[in-house]
Amino acid sequence: MSIHVEAGPASAESATAGLVPAVAAIGVTKRFAGGVVANDRVSFDARRGEVHALLGENGAGKTTLCNILTGLYHPDEGEIQVDGSPVRLHSPHEAQRSGIFMVHQHLSLVDSLTVAENVVLGWSRHRGLRYTPRQVEAEISEIAARYQMQVDPHARIWQLSLGERQRIDILKALYRDARILILDEPTTVLTPAETEQLFSSVHEMVAAGRSVVFISHKLPEVLAIANRITILRKGRSVTTVDAAGVDVRELARLMVGHDMPAGRVRRAAAGSGTPPADQRGVLELERVCADGDFGIQVLHDVSLSVRPGEILGIAGVAGNGQRELAEVIAGLRAHSRGAIRLDGAELHGGDPRAAINRGVAYVPEDRMGTGVSPSLSVTENLMLKSYRRDAPHAGPVLLMDRADAQSVALMEQFDIRSRGPHALVRQLSGGNVQKVVLARELSSQPRVLVAASPTRGLDVGATEYVHGVLVDSARRGVGIMLISEDLDEIVELSDRIAVLYEGRVVGIVDAAQASYEQLGMMMAGAA
Amino acid sequence: MNTDLIVAVIVSAIAYGTPLVLAGLGELLAERSGVLNLGVEGMMLMGAVTGFFVSQQLGGPGWAVLIVAMIMAAVAGALMALIHAFLSITVRVNQIVSGLALTIFAGMAGLSSYAGQVWGIGGQHGLHQLTRVDLFGLGEIPVIGPILFDQDPFVYLSWGLVVLVAWYLYRTRTGLYLRAVGESPRSADAMGINVTRYRYVHTTVGGALAGLGGAYFTLAIAPIWTDGLTAGAGWIAIALVIFAFWRPDVLLLGAYLFGALSSLGFTLQAHGVQMPSEFFSSLPYLMTVVVLAGASTTLARRRIGTPASLGVPYVREEG
Repeated sequence: MSIHVEAGPASAESATAGLVPAVAAIGVTKRFAGGVVANDRVSFDARRGEVHALLGENGAGKTTLCNILTGLYHPDEGEIQVDGSPVRLHSPHEAQRSGIFMVHQHLSLVDSLTVAENVVLGWSRHRGLRYTPRQVEAEISEIAARYQMQVDPHARIWQLSLGERQRIDILKALYRDARILILDEPTTVLTPAETEQLFSSVHEMVAAGRSVVFISHKLPEVLAIANRITILRKGRSVTTVDAAGVDVRELARLMVGHDMPAGRVRRAAAGSGTPPADQRGVLELERVCADGDFGIQVLHDVSLSVRPGEILGIAGVAGNGQRELAEVIAGLRAHSRGAIRLDGAELHGGDPRAAINRGVAYVPEDRMGTGVSPSLSVTENLMLKSYRRDAPHAGPVLLMDRADAQSVALMEQFDIRSRGPHALVRQLSGGNVQKVVLARELSSQPRVLVAASPTRGLDVGATEYVHGVLVDSARRGVGIMLISEDLDEIVELSDRIAVLYEGRVVGIVDAAQASYEQLGMMMAGAA
Repeated sequence: MNTDLIVAVIVSAIAYGTPLVLAGLGELLAERSGVLNLGVEGMMLMGAVTGFFVSQQLGGPGWAVLIVAMIMAAVAGALMALIHAFLSITVRVNQIVSGLALTIFAGMAGLSSYAGQVWGIGGQHGLHQLTRVDLFGLGEIPVIGPILFDQDPFVYLSWGLVVLVAWYLYRTRTGLYLRAVGESPRSADAMGINVTRYRYVHTTVGGALAGLGGAYFTLAIAPIWTDGLTAGAGWIAIALVIFAFWRPDVLLLGAYLFGALSSLGFTLQAHGVQMPSEFFSSLPYLMTVVVLAGASTTLARRRIGTPASLGVPYVREEG
């Protein structure tokens, strides 16, 4: 995905200002229960007036490092220094008092409050009991103007787009006179235009002597914004380089550990045997429209077709109708117009049982909420869809012994690691929970599988496993719709890729011919 | 309908609505912090019995006795609420269970009845009762006089509290923090706001107001103690908070609407209108059901009102 930004890296003289770094991590190690070492002797430092990028793949330890910098986690070894002196940060609040603010991926704003109310939450420039909206609003407008941000202080957070919310989070930090801003994957939720705005705000911030720690796994944008780049790989800081002295290819090599474009195998390019184009889809959507949670139409005339044995990738920035699309097919959300056909026969909306009986399997995005019932056992969760027909029973009585035996077999087949069939699902790791979902969905011999963000939050091993299961199922003739915000995943697995933008299908391309640039443009609504 | 009747209906609506205003404001504060307190009925009963007992025991000028009685009623409610706060905030018991348990514990045939028996105040005629205070002699003005300027001190207090709570919620920083705690305790915590303290304080103050609301029955409406005399007012107060979209100003009007329904039977009978009294006495409860059913559908769509974390214990996740 390419993002074009006019402005180059911030001026060189501001980058070298001050020899003592504003913030530094020195030999930071963080271990989690279960022996996972998330950070292994990580070191980096950000100078005053510098944009310092932390670059690494998912799971490289970027988020853990940030949580240490912001006081959420405490390092097992090593230390954090602010302005050259070591600090012990026990809470985000303490980190903020040291001038360190983090703009989260999950933004920490209160939805029902106004922008101004959110900005003064927990800290105000004014003493005393009274809260005077007008005064705060004026101050906010002033800061927004200085950093080239467009902000309406009266708006309530829930009315704002994700990009606007991020702006408010940054504004909140600036209102508190943050000296070190940590931006965690800030462009994930942004359109290209918003990204450009963000970058000019960042330039203003470093020009004013603040430091910005910019976390990302996107190479072009890191090159566009950062002065220096520290690369993290598998929990270690590999090296720190000057942005001016490297190119994308070099960064990719440092980040992945080998040359990326050659290393990645695309399923489509590898010739998985794409079904003939004239074959009829097992699942067909024709001009499907549907409303979102707040009664506003979010799907507009979506026409798609998934052929047997095919993986159709649905790409798009989060919140462009992906969740609603999955729910419509699974029968969890009624469509308002259009038709959904399974094997040529119409599937009526809003009836999950009908969808299940007709052979729709569904791996929901919200794993713990919709995917499983966390307080039930593995066996019970595996039975959730089949209790009506296939579960071993004698009259109305379920034969739990035999059900346990069945689930042990499934646990073996899907490599579900737990204490046994009676273990509660909430005690399982994320990867094993997802395997439970997959085992349940695929054991019902589905015609179609809708997988929404199936690897989100999973570690590398579990992700690979899930990918393997998807590819396998496709090989066995299941039509798969893979919805994901992870473009790499989409490109690697899909035969064809449809791009959703604002609830519309803006294009469908053959994965073998797709380029990141083209997909990126489509996802941003620019093509 | 003549003006006299209308004034009579409004005056009795205010009388019956005042305990609802007080208890409702208390519940509103607790819910704004994210704590659902279903123990209001029990807290009102404890306030009612405590207030009445204190007013029977103390000697001295009537007004002083009544003030002490009111304070003790508030303390009784607050202590009950403190139990609820401990259970639901610190121990993180299900808030519905904890609240219901408290109402059953303190309610009819429970602690309040026991206290009434031990203190031997059942059937006693009260020595003190709050009476109307004609403000600046304006009570003589037709229509608005009896409504606005000829009420007992409890009513004036409740009006003052409505204004105070509204100002607190929307124009003070603590009020803003309170709303944030109820909406998103995680964000509030990240901003350095002490979620636990906010919830404790507002639940306890809420209980004090419920106790005060209960005392209104025994110190103002009729100075006697009978078991379970609040007759479900606590439940109506909880429904009222939803009806009011968690806003104190709307809550005041809603309380008087419920008050009017509660008193309509007596008032109409006193004015010679014949209707079965059972019909009228069922009205507020019927209204409660309608309000709760209606609120649950429309509120889900409108993103105003319900504090998002209502009823959910807050646990800070540690890495």
